[in-house]
Amino acid sequence: MSVATHESGSPAQTTEPVLELTGIGKHFGAVQALAGVDFRVHPGEVVALVGDNGAGKSTLVKIMSGVYQADSGRMRVEGREVHVHSPSAAQSLGIATVFQDLALCDNLDVVGNLFLGSELGSNAWMDEVAMEKESWRLLRELGAKIPTVRIPVASLSGGQRQTVAIARSLVGSPKVVMLDEPTAALGVAQTAEVLNLVERLREQNLGVVLISHNMADVQAVADRIVVLRLGRNEAEFRTVDVTTEQLVAAITGASDNVVAERHARRVPPATETGEVEA
Amino acid sequence: MAPVSTARLGRLAPPLALVVIWLVMTLINPRFLSAVNLTNLMLQIVAVGAVAVAVVLVLLIGEIDLSVGAVSGLGAGVTAVLSVKQDWPAVLAIIAGLLTGALVGLLHATIVTRVGVASFVVTLAGLLTWQGALQLVLGETGTVNLDDPQLVAIAGTFLSPALGWLIAAVITAAAVAAVVVHLRADRPRRVWPWVLAGTVAPVAVLVFNADRGVPLAVVVFLLLLAGGDVVMRRTTLGRHAVATGSNASGARRAGIAVDRIRMTVFALASVLAVTGGILAASRLLAVNQSSGSTDLMLTAVAAAAIGGASLFGGRGTVWSALLGALVVGSLANGLDLLGASSAIRLIATGVVLALAVGLDTVAHRAERQPFTEHSRPGR
Ligand SMILES: Nc1ncnc2c1ncn2[C@@H]1O[C@H](COP(=O)(O)OP(=O)(O)O)[C@@H](O)[C@H]1O
Ligand SMILES: [Mg+2]
Repeated sequence: MSVATHESGSPAQTTEPVLELTGIGKHFGAVQALAGVDFRVHPGEVVALVGDNGAGKSTLVKIMSGVYQADSGRMRVEGREVHVHSPSAAQSLGIATVFQDLALCDNLDVVGNLFLGSELGSNAWMDEVAMEKESWRLLRELGAKIPTVRIPVASLSGGQRQTVAIARSLVGSPKVVMLDEPTAALGVAQTAEVLNLVERLREQNLGVVLISHNMADVQAVADRIVVLRLGRNEAEFRTVDVTTEQLVAAITGASDNVVAERHARRVPPATETGEVEA
Repeated sequence: MAPVSTARLGRLAPPLALVVIWLVMTLINPRFLSAVNLTNLMLQIVAVGAVAVAVVLVLLIGEIDLSVGAVSGLGAGVTAVLSVKQDWPAVLAIIAGLLTGALVGLLHATIVTRVGVASFVVTLAGLLTWQGALQLVLGETGTVNLDDPQLVAIAGTFLSPALGWLIAAVITAAAVAAVVVHLRADRPRRVWPWVLAGTVAPVAVLVFNADRGVPLAVVVFLLLLAGGDVVMRRTTLGRHAVATGSNASGARRAGIAVDRIRMTVFALASVLAVTGGILAASRLLAVNQSSGSTDLMLTAVAAAAIGGASLFGGRGTVWSALLGALVVGSLANGLDLLGASSAIRLIATGVVLALAVGLDTVAHRAERQPFTEHSRPGR
């Protein structure tokens, strides 16, 4: 399997990738979740990672965030080869993750969740005042609407919880933020708010990895779209060059027939930007 | 009913229950509220209270420790034997007892974290094992009478009235200072705990001084509570413990060494249990085979749950132990005064426990249903 390369278009593409993975493999027992997957994200770029259920998206995110270790392949942060053996190692490398289940602690308040694992203070002693101030600053920066930072997150709405989880990823000034299905459980208005947050992250020149099932969301905010299928790179597109039909075809694997044929007929290969091969 | 108020009801129920029990007991027998009886009540609850603190800590990380009673007996037994049979000085004997607790706690936690056996089962096995170990430690006679004056003094000492007032003055002054600071802060904070502490302290000293004075054992218990509260609310250990009980996998992904937290909390809890055991031994003037009884464990677990520590993990404070021990202790003490049989006492405690855990379950469910415009319950 090979993936089409493109002429560099957006400014992000001309910079060095902030995070780059090559030849990543991972299996769970007999299940080959990932095989030879390449992935990269540049500063100030939103890369969408799409694929059918079980394509390996969450597994790839968990490898990048140190929850799982890859069986094979390399990972580079700003060109330097790294080994991410734990979530805290990923954090200290500047890789932050908003997990699909948000990983919030319901019994802790917003401040407690935002700084969980990276509390402010000296040694074991926490500085609650500093954390509360910093919490408000983070939330304001994101334009987030949270009534108070001193209530348990259990009593927040779904969108507010997602906001808290995203704000939490910004504690410790990361270089890359990964969001696993951030809008899956949200209504229309709350989804729009989360997409706004994603654009704020890009404005701050962070590399953003967005996993989503929703093609409309992906096409609304992503600069580049990487399609995984059955644990392999299936295709890669620049968002401006791709139609929803092409995306869906790549995701479902229909690319080797109808869509590919249409594609081949429509445009000469030289200007091809999102070529798909089986 | 709005879920928010259900959750709040869950938190208000334990203090309300205490007030109701005190009112009813006093109405039936005014002697309940006498200085002598209230002092006795406090002396009765310190041991169970200390063990209940241990239970609260373990509940906070989402585990359970059924061995706290047996461990408290074993630790106290080690202390007693070293003091009486080996003539160790009191301080060293106590340290050895506490260390025994720490080792036992670490052993339990190692099996829980490394082998992956549920803490329920590990500590159930521990309960049996350490009860047996206590019998071995105590030897043929099955009982060791304390003769060390310092060990006896822990529960037998009452502070002079002046010293009692000094303590009350310090607490009240600290409370006033805290309230002033909190009210001046640019963001409002809860002041009622300080207001409560500042008012209760002088009243309590007044009552104690009308009898024999402030019991040293009560001071030890309160120091334990205050220390535990600071650790749980102000340090990363406490924060990470709550996170572990709340969402262990989330806590792990936040970079927290969850297993290390479990080891620390289990060890700490066993040390607290031994502290309770030593307090009990000092009051009894002996350690015997019933020192590590299941009754102590059951009462402590009941107290923790009644006081508001959630069996679902992540919710509760060390003050839950005080509150729960007061509820359970007041019931027992009051019913004793009335000449009620132990059958009645067991039934009353059981009913209160069932009510408390029922409320906890309702509050837990309510908290999981956020009250927003999209998910407003109702029909
Ligand atoms: N912890 C695990 N244990 C076993 N199999 C797993 C585990 N995590 C993922 N898998 C398997 O790996 C494949 C990819 O899963 P996943 O990364 O969750 O896909 P996606 O997020 O794209 O839906 C699936 O076949 C899934 O069943
Ligand atoms: Mg997934």
